[in-house]
Amino acid sequence: MLAYAIRRSLMLVPVFLAVSVIIFLILHFIPGDPIDNLLKVGSSPTARAEIEARYGLDKPLPVQYLIWLGNVLTGDLGTAIVARRPVIDLIGQALPHSLALGGLALAFSSIVGITLGVIAALNRDRWPDRAIMGGVLVGSTMPSFWLGLMMMLAFSVWLGWFPVSGARGWSSLVLPVLTIGLGGTALVTRITRVSMIEVAQKDFVTLLHAKGLSPLRIQLRHVLRHALIPVVTILALRIGWILGGAVTVEVVFARPGLGTLLIKALAQHDYPVVQASLLMLAMAVMIGTLLGDLLQAAMDPRVRAALA
Amino acid sequence: MTAAARPAPAVLRAFRRPVGALAGAWLLLVIAAAIFAPLLSPYEYDIQTLKEAYQPPSAAHWLGTDEFGRDLLTRLMYGARTSLSVSAIAILISVLCGMTLGAAAGYFGGRFDRLVTVVVDLTWSFPEILIALILVAIIGPGTTGVLVAISVAYLAQFTRLTRAQIMTLKGETFIEAARSLGAGSGHILFRHLLPNALAPVLVSAMLATGDAIILEATLGFFGLGAQPPTPSWGSMMSAGSALLFKSPGIILFPGLAVAITVIAINLFGDALIAALDIRSRMRPPQ
Amino acid sequence: MSPLLELQGVSVAIAHAQLLDGISLRLDRGQILGLVGESGSGKSLTAMAAMGLLPLIGGRVTTGAIRFDGQDMVQMTEAQRRALRGRRIGFITQNPMTALDPVQRIGAQIDVVSRLHLGLSSAAARARTLELMTQLRIPEAGAVAEAWPHQLSGGMKQRIVIAMALAGEPDLIIADEPTTALDVTVQAQIIQILAALVRDRGLALLLITHDMGVVAQVCDRVAVLYAGRLAEERPVDPIFAAPAHPYTRALTLCIPRDDTARGALHGIPGAVPTALNYPSGCRFHPRCPKAVSACSATQPALVAYGEDGRVACHLPGPGAP
Repeated sequence: MLAYAIRRSLMLVPVFLAVSVIIFLILHFIPGDPIDNLLKVGSSPTARAEIEARYGLDKPLPVQYLIWLGNVLTGDLGTAIVARRPVIDLIGQALPHSLALGGLALAFSSIVGITLGVIAALNRDRWPDRAIMGGVLVGSTMPSFWLGLMMMLAFSVWLGWFPVSGARGWSSLVLPVLTIGLGGTALVTRITRVSMIEVAQKDFVTLLHAKGLSPLRIQLRHVLRHALIPVVTILALRIGWILGGAVTVEVVFARPGLGTLLIKALAQHDYPVVQASLLMLAMAVMIGTLLGDLLQAAMDPRVRAALA
Repeated sequence: MTAAARPAPAVLRAFRRPVGALAGAWLLLVIAAAIFAPLLSPYEYDIQTLKEAYQPPSAAHWLGTDEFGRDLLTRLMYGARTSLSVSAIAILISVLCGMTLGAAAGYFGGRFDRLVTVVVDLTWSFPEILIALILVAIIGPGTTGVLVAISVAYLAQFTRLTRAQIMTLKGETFIEAARSLGAGSGHILFRHLLPNALAPVLVSAMLATGDAIILEATLGFFGLGAQPPTPSWGSMMSAGSALLFKSPGIILFPGLAVAITVIAINLFGDALIAALDIRSRMRPPQ
Repeated sequence: MSPLLELQGVSVAIAHAQLLDGISLRLDRGQILGLVGESGSGKSLTAMAAMGLLPLIGGRVTTGAIRFDGQDMVQMTEAQRRALRGRRIGFITQNPMTALDPVQRIGAQIDVVSRLHLGLSSAAARARTLELMTQLRIPEAGAVAEAWPHQLSGGMKQRIVIAMALAGEPDLIIADEPTTALDVTVQAQIIQILAALVRDRGLALLLITHDMGVVAQVCDRVAVLYAGRLAEERPVDPIFAAPAHPYTRALTLCIPRDDTARGALHGIPGAVPTALNYPSGCRFHPRCPKAVSACSATQPALVAYGEDGRVACHLPGPGAP
């Protein structure tokens, strides 16, 4: 298992390189001279020369990439144009907020989604199933920023239960977590339900019934265990989606975080910050897929055997 | 197979289910409102009448007015034009490119297939909103940027689906039979494989149009979509978010329009899946 | 003494399709009853009915009684039926490759039966599991108990399934095509094991198979199903010597020999009709070489035939068509 974990982690290296090339090239895709995109308008020739030397902008593209990659790997993400501070500091401030929001939203959608999915599957085609799946459909079709704003209107403005925005204290996390979590919950509920129903039709489940085990025990101890394998895999793959949700929701609730940083930087054409925040989000996606594969191997001996 | 070859009767059959009929009726209503907006509304979408601003719903303005005194229902109808056409055209481009890529990869296999699979898997694990944000950053805000961003964001999904369909169909007897009768690659691909792969791809394209409407709204909300005064559901909400506390209707109604339309698309899609009997073929390839 | 298992006029439906029509069978302790017929004749459905597991596949008994040790399972509560399953009735499924929970170790899957039904502690249950595995000639039982299902061969998995069926000390074992998915050499071993169990422990065995060779080898009686109805039910020796129903005759000619291909019925083309298009009268008449006009008009009743046998045919008896 440990050997597999190490091997699987090493497989991330080429993926990381591919993603980093794309993120590096963003600077060259956008119209205009890269130097201008890295500097404030009206910067002095000295500043221009300094930037040119630092990024090796006079050298061929592959060399520029290697210089940039070297900088990134040593933690030098450049200087933010607007804030005039090292980008790594901005990322360092934003990351904990995004991780807390994303982590809580992930936990919320897993717990609520799996519970709802199990209830729906156990009551297949009866009213609890229909009610849950109806709710899931409605929940997954509302734009998350709109849902966030409506919840803000209802719970913060009219009822006054939670702060309207900002990141002070736990109560400010409730609405953002709910907003992101509802979308994830819809996904997890759907997969859990389908997967439970599918597993329940397998041969070995018939045999469990033939052994005289109680149906509830069969559903919860055996069927659910199998059904969770695809749920975990897909959930891990969708960590990116949850972070994607975080991007919009952070902006809506005016919370500091990677999403706010990215959107603001996009609006201000602050490309070093754009590149760095995209790199962070991409790495979160990659770590998500890694965790998904490792969890799958931990949960299914057949996968471990295939990997050994 | 026969149902897949004749999609039109399936659409009618989808209307025969009560849920399908209700959802279909809403979609027809929204499309009609978008097309006939100038005939249906006595107001213009862009003429500002500041003394009429912030009116609550009334007989004259069914949904009230916005901060510039423009009729919200009128703007909603014109907004449907932008939102629906941008989403639908973007998905159409995405489907055409995705089907070509997926069919080529699935049919020819080999190194090209592996390359496509790796790239598609990579993009698939990234949220559409991030891909779209990057592209809009490069192309610049506006309808074109959003169009390209949505097309690329959903490319992976259709490539995957088409490839999976082609891979399954490739091994079936009628394809073997056609091949043994001396049919060429082009004939098999265009006369046999693609028509049979079409139904699931078209239905999932319809469902994706719903997601695209949400994505368009989100980009619009960030101010990256259609630029003023052209209304789209997303850009209307972008303006409305600042006025949330003063006049919630400005953002409430476009959001409801998005949510109800997307729900209707999903329900009608479900009815279509049932009418075409292709549920098992709709599973996302894992 | 009343029979251990007795089906009396059992009809089973799934949704609106009537899939079994008035099946009557009896099975005594120490006996092996072979249930034969082509795929789609209703053999597995009969097994599910006798296990009380029809709800799993959306089926229900519409008429008739299924008596186990004198008590009608159709009238029982689900809890009463569950108390029988695994305890007094063991079940062996068709495909051992998919019969075991792939994410649970082998030993635990057997242990649970004796813990649940015999109230054994986990240590006692494990001891019993190992003993059963050894009796079933599973080498290195201790190591196998700690293994995962995917690490075992098909034949070994089927022995584990048999061990699971035996762990509750049952009186009856229902085996639904226990050897179909296995290699030919392993098939013989599994059949030997099952026959030995009946001999040594006085169990009753309902053996569902489409292999007439196996039937001739180990069964005491044979019941032949066709399209959801009983065609013939008789002791094994006379049925092979002189089959009364033309369908039975066709089946007995299918015993695989070295020089014949398996599968198709000798001289009888076609396939079992599905429940949606059962023919009128005798359901076998479109394929029957002896069919006369009465066969398509009226359904033949199941009547006594020969020594302790029954047959449903307008023109029963041996003789070439």
